[in-house]
Amino acid sequence: MTSIAVRHALAPTRDVFAITWRNLTVVRRVPRLMVFSTIQPLVFVLLFRYVFAGVASLSLPGVPYVDYLMPGVFVQVAVFGAMNTTIGLASDLQSGLLERFRSLPMARFAVLAGRTLADLARNVLVLALMTVVGFAVGFRTHRGSWLLLGGLVLVLLFGYAMAWVFAVVGLVVGDPESALAASFPIMAPLVFASSAFIPVATMPGWLQAFAAHQPVSVTASAVRATVLGGPTATYVWQSLAWIAAIVAVFAPLGAWRYHRAS
Amino acid sequence: MGTHAIVVDGLTKRFGDLAALDDVSFEVAPATVFGVLGPNGAGKTTAIRVLTTLLRPDGGRASILGHDVVREADEVRRLIGLAGQSAAVDINLTGRENLRLIGRLSQMRRAAFRRRADELLERFGLADAATRRVREYSGGMRRRLDVAAALVASPPVVFLDEPTTGLDLQSRNGLWELIRELVGTGTTVVLTTQYLEEADRLADRIAIIDQGRLIANDAPAVLKAELGNTVIEIGLVDEPAATKAERLLLDAGKANVERDGDTLRLVARDGSPVLIDALHCLDDVDIRPTALQVRQPSLDDAFLQLTGRHPVERRS
Repeated sequence: MTSIAVRHALAPTRDVFAITWRNLTVVRRVPRLMVFSTIQPLVFVLLFRYVFAGVASLSLPGVPYVDYLMPGVFVQVAVFGAMNTTIGLASDLQSGLLERFRSLPMARFAVLAGRTLADLARNVLVLALMTVVGFAVGFRTHRGSWLLLGGLVLVLLFGYAMAWVFAVVGLVVGDPESALAASFPIMAPLVFASSAFIPVATMPGWLQAFAAHQPVSVTASAVRATVLGGPTATYVWQSLAWIAAIVAVFAPLGAWRYHRAS
Repeated sequence: MGTHAIVVDGLTKRFGDLAALDDVSFEVAPATVFGVLGPNGAGKTTAIRVLTTLLRPDGGRASILGHDVVREADEVRRLIGLAGQSAAVDINLTGRENLRLIGRLSQMRRAAFRRRADELLERFGLADAATRRVREYSGGMRRRLDVAAALVASPPVVFLDEPTTGLDLQSRNGLWELIRELVGTGTTVVLTTQYLEEADRLADRIAIIDQGRLIANDAPAVLKAELGNTVIEIGLVDEPAATKAERLLLDAGKANVERDGDTLRLVARDGSPVLIDALHCLDDVDIRPTALQVRQPSLDDAFLQLTGRHPVERRS
């Protein structure tokens, strides 16, 4: 291939990289976003670890609550992190920046791919920090670090899938404040009506039906299985199926919204 | 085909009941400035958005340098630069980073977009602010950076949507100069504005758009000959006095007299003799004007002339 042809073939990658770089630069420079990404998850770990431990351990005989909790918090943080995607895209839409990008001869999917990839990179950092803090407050894996690492990779994949959901929300709503307001009713039931913090068995029957099968629960259970043991493969496959389904639905939806965003 | 930079043929775009563009056709010669003039919501921005591939038209066709804006959108994007109405720059990046990002995304080589970014920062008086975040820029600086961003890839066709709105006098004059320079080097510029004076100063051709329809498309000189060069407004004590004065001036053979309440409006190609004449005429019967204004015709005046009514602002 000639060098021009190589450049041509690499152009979409370059575009995605450029947008990813730009989004990460913004996260680094806006203290609010950094706090949102780091302090908030830490507060959750410390609060849940010490506030809920007494009550929760009643329904969890034999397992330290912190070992039960941490996989759930990992998933929760990945889901909350997707708010960055919403706010970022809604801001770009509002400022007219998306419109400028759409008028450039760049890869059509690069803006959304760069957005979700930047949020994935940020999640890597946040999860690493959370893991360290988790260990500091007594969290221990029962099955070895490689499995935990596998569990964390699953969390990242799930966070990436959720970023596409909230990318669509941001593009539909179109201004950051409303986008945040619109995200919360989607996010809260997913995160709190789940097995992330408390066993589903403690919930009323009608809620269990939802809580046991929804994606956050399944993923939390999968990660938990990598830490505590249990039917690991079953949960991991279920979680991967959710991830694939979410991306399959929301990535095209996002691309379609992006194309006609105004 | 080859003789026009832009060809627009029967372009139509509806938003619900609103005809944002209603069968609009025009052509733009290469290396000229095409001024699109109209009030808020007339359809100027819709036209720009269709031409810059951001919006699909419902009917009609448009092409940039021979490339259809719908079927060959990718080719069109390589040929255009756009500065929209809002300053579409990232406030958390520096001025230089913003321009480099646009260069990179315009598929320029690193050395080329780096050089070009610094060149433009210099040209737009932003060199000293190059490493500062845009968050700290004034409104005028952001606007200038936004226009600079449209020029990073040195596109042959540039769209500027109300580029001088919110600019101070000095920045505005600088931008006007730059636009003339661009055209001098072969760039075609489409410029929207709400100010007749701006279109008159810059444009080789002025299109006036009203509620989605093109109501005029001419060289400024032709348009001005039609509209008159000077508008004289004579305010009188009350409506009866104004009615009386109107009749008097009409009888004296002043064809271009209009009354709006207690104010008379005269449009003239040559202002001062008409003004002196009219004042003499009124003085003879002891009618004393309470207010007097002599000015260049505004967009409003042009509308009155062309449509017989004031421009209607619509939400765009």
